[in-house]
Amino acid sequence: MKNVLILGATSDMAQAIAKKFAAEGWSLSLAALEPEMLETIAADLRIRSSAPVEAYPFNATDFESHAAFYASLKTKPDVVVAAFGYMSDQEKVRNDLADIRRTIDINFTGMATMLSVIADDFEKRGSGAIAAISSVAGDRGRQSNYIYGSAKAGLTVFLSGLRNRLARKGVHVMTVKPGFVRTKMTEGLELPGILTAEPEQVAKAVYKGLEKKRNMVYVLWMWRCIMLMIRHIPEFIFKKMGM
Amino acid sequence: MQKISDWGNYPVVEADVSGFDSAEQLRQKLAVPGQVIAFGNGRSYGDASLQKRMLTTRRFNKFLAFDESNGELCCQAGALLSEILDVFVPRGWFLPVTPGTKLITVGGAIAADVHGKNHHVDGSFGQHILSMDVMRNDGSVVTCSPTKHAEFFAVTVGGMGLTGMILNATFRLKRIESAYIVEETVKAANLHEIMDCFEASMDWTYSVAWIDCLAKGDSMGRSIMMRGEHARDADLIKPAHKSAPLALKPGLPLAVPFRFPNFALNPLTMNAFNFAYYNKFRSGTHRHITNYNTFFYPLDAIDKWNRIYGKRGFTQYQFVIPKEAGREGMEKILKRITESGLGSFLAVLKLFGKQESFISFPMEGYTLALDFPISQKAMDLFKELDAMVADYGGRLYLAKDSRMDAAMFEKTYPNAAEFKRAVAMLNEGETRFASLQSNRLGITS
Ligand SMILES: Cc1cc2nc3c(=O)[nH]c(=O)nc-3n(C[C@H](O)[C@H](O)[C@H](O)COP(=O)(O)OP(=O)(O)OC[C@H]3O[C@@H](n4cnc5c(N)ncnc54)[C@H](O)[C@@H]3O)c2cc1C
Ligand SMILES: NC(=O)c1ccc[n+]([C@@H]2O[C@H](COP(=O)([O-])OP(=O)(O)OC[C@H]3O[C@@H](n4cnc5c(N)ncnc54)[C@H](OP(=O)(O)O)[C@@H]3O)[C@@H](O)[C@H]2O)c1
Repeated sequence: MKNVLILGATSDMAQAIAKKFAAEGWSLSLAALEPEMLETIAADLRIRSSAPVEAYPFNATDFESHAAFYASLKTKPDVVVAAFGYMSDQEKVRNDLADIRRTIDINFTGMATMLSVIADDFEKRGSGAIAAISSVAGDRGRQSNYIYGSAKAGLTVFLSGLRNRLARKGVHVMTVKPGFVRTKMTEGLELPGILTAEPEQVAKAVYKGLEKKRNMVYVLWMWRCIMLMIRHIPEFIFKKMGM
Repeated sequence: MQKISDWGNYPVVEADVSGFDSAEQLRQKLAVPGQVIAFGNGRSYGDASLQKRMLTTRRFNKFLAFDESNGELCCQAGALLSEILDVFVPRGWFLPVTPGTKLITVGGAIAADVHGKNHHVDGSFGQHILSMDVMRNDGSVVTCSPTKHAEFFAVTVGGMGLTGMILNATFRLKRIESAYIVEETVKAANLHEIMDCFEASMDWTYSVAWIDCLAKGDSMGRSIMMRGEHARDADLIKPAHKSAPLALKPGLPLAVPFRFPNFALNPLTMNAFNFAYYNKFRSGTHRHITNYNTFFYPLDAIDKWNRIYGKRGFTQYQFVIPKEAGREGMEKILKRITESGLGSFLAVLKLFGKQESFISFPMEGYTLALDFPISQKAMDLFKELDAMVADYGGRLYLAKDSRMDAAMFEKTYPNAAEFKRAVAMLNEGETRFASLQSNRLGITS
């Protein structure tokens, strides 16, 4: 039985992804910050499926702990899905030093340190797949969201470098840019219906992307077009658009 | 703030809508003073789960425990009945009671004390609850059951979310041998025939009839009864069914992609639909094997079908009248509805069994439900119908209502005054559970 490690397993997308893998007959290692919530999610999955489920405490910003965390896993994963992330209301906290640091630590540094440990192991083994959830927010800096966006941009570049390094070593690295998704992260935001995916759609797209060994996954096809256009608007025009 | 409505798209409100993942998060949200109401999956038709501030339960949907030996399931209140079916039908279990859509939450099923096609045999959903945890407005949690905090339990079942937030519930699933139903369809030429048919079908577990409510005169009430039993292994004939009796191939739901223009619905198109439907069935009694989705949830196959009623929205008028008044009462009321020509292609008739509960809708008697596009004419008609329903000792279903007045509620629910007192007592404090509906009905203010 194949094993998937899900980092940030309490995320709404991660929960949908876990259900998808369980339904496909995988065993699950779930890792998250909040132990009580994690245990509830694990118990739920055990009832819903016959998949073996292990739960582990994991803190993305405790960088030093990542190697020991990985060593402690009872089963070494075939696939890793990294879903943790953090987004604040930038208009409110633009100049809050702690919040800027938190945004970068969770979305970028924590991903980089954790995935580096895993990449070494996969490289040695010559197999495995890593999927990490980045964001279209990292494709171009916008006034409303550029701190989160730049952390995700860092992650996107990190993943493309990792892919470049591991492609010839039998390890698949996949960047997921889901567009808008209805989760607790976007609760209360006014999201345009047709551009907004449900977590279950993300789960399907991630699973399929891994099967097909995609490099990049956008969940709704429109986003690919939208981002293509946004990336190509000349900066002298873009800067006046105030998005 | 977001625009939100229940299934009838009427009324639409601007509301502050948010969810929660744990009891602790909910407690913090309840610390904010003012009126607040639980929103399950918005499958009530009117304003029962609407308010300026709404707490959605959909993320609070975890299965907490399951006992394979007796089918006892404990789950959080935001779990959908469809999730329960997806997980447990393949293992040989089914819901004790299910309404005509599986896209409702367990919390909504308890709060409205929903009924199914087996009401005359198994009662309402609330009667199957062994125990539940409910968070009060002050953040305290009451564990209640028919024997523990029994009074609180009794006002919460059917209490439309006004006593607190149901956190989780334990109930027993029932054993099935297959995902299929042995269904018999019986064609009835008019109202009398179909009522006879109901009374002769009491020992069937499931029964319901679809009435063509636009048929007039001698054929008024012409209808098709569908009655059924869970198919046992021995009932299955097709090799595909026999080899995997509990597995169903998932069907993709068809979607209604946009709201239909309001003029798409007129008596002519509706009449054509009714006629086509009726003629599809041959006369007499026919028996066949169908799957549980087709039998229980025909409408769920069309995603967002509520949009066919257009922007103005619609409501469902569902009433029950006591069995003794049934023949005469139903005939008079149905006549008034068919004369009006305002009703929909879907009218559902069902004979309820006995039920004694504090504030729930069902009582022994006939219940009829049909959709109406919102219009002034329909509103005027409802006033007339209300008077008739009340005269016959009947009442309206709160889960479908968006327009009844307080006087009608007080007149027709025997425990209305006591319910109002209980809700007022439970709501003492800064935070109060109240919906637009409960404000309109004078239960809360
Ligand atoms: C196509 C269709 C067919 C239907 N068929 C039937 C039928 O056959 N029989 C029947 O009885 N009903 C039927 N209904 C009505 C439906 O079953 C009820 O309205 C049900 O209550 C909807 O549940 P929901 O989860 O969508 O809750 P909502 O509609 O969001 O809320 C309904 C009520 O429950 C309360 N509530 C929800 N969750 C909680 C909670 N956790 N704690 C406390 N209160 C809560 C709300 O405040 C509100 O008062 C049908 C509806 C549709 C759309
Ligand atoms: N929703 C969208 O529209 C959208 C769009 C594009 C990309 N994304 C990205 O998609 C991913 C999943 O997000 P989501 O939408 O599912 O939101 P979510 O439910 O809020 O998930 C974010 C998760 O990250 C976890 N997390 C935060 N800090 C952590 C830490 N230090 N250590 C471990 N875990 C931590 C959170 O756990 P706690 O709750 O315990 O803090 C939470 O479970 C994120 O990377 C997000 O940036 C989201």
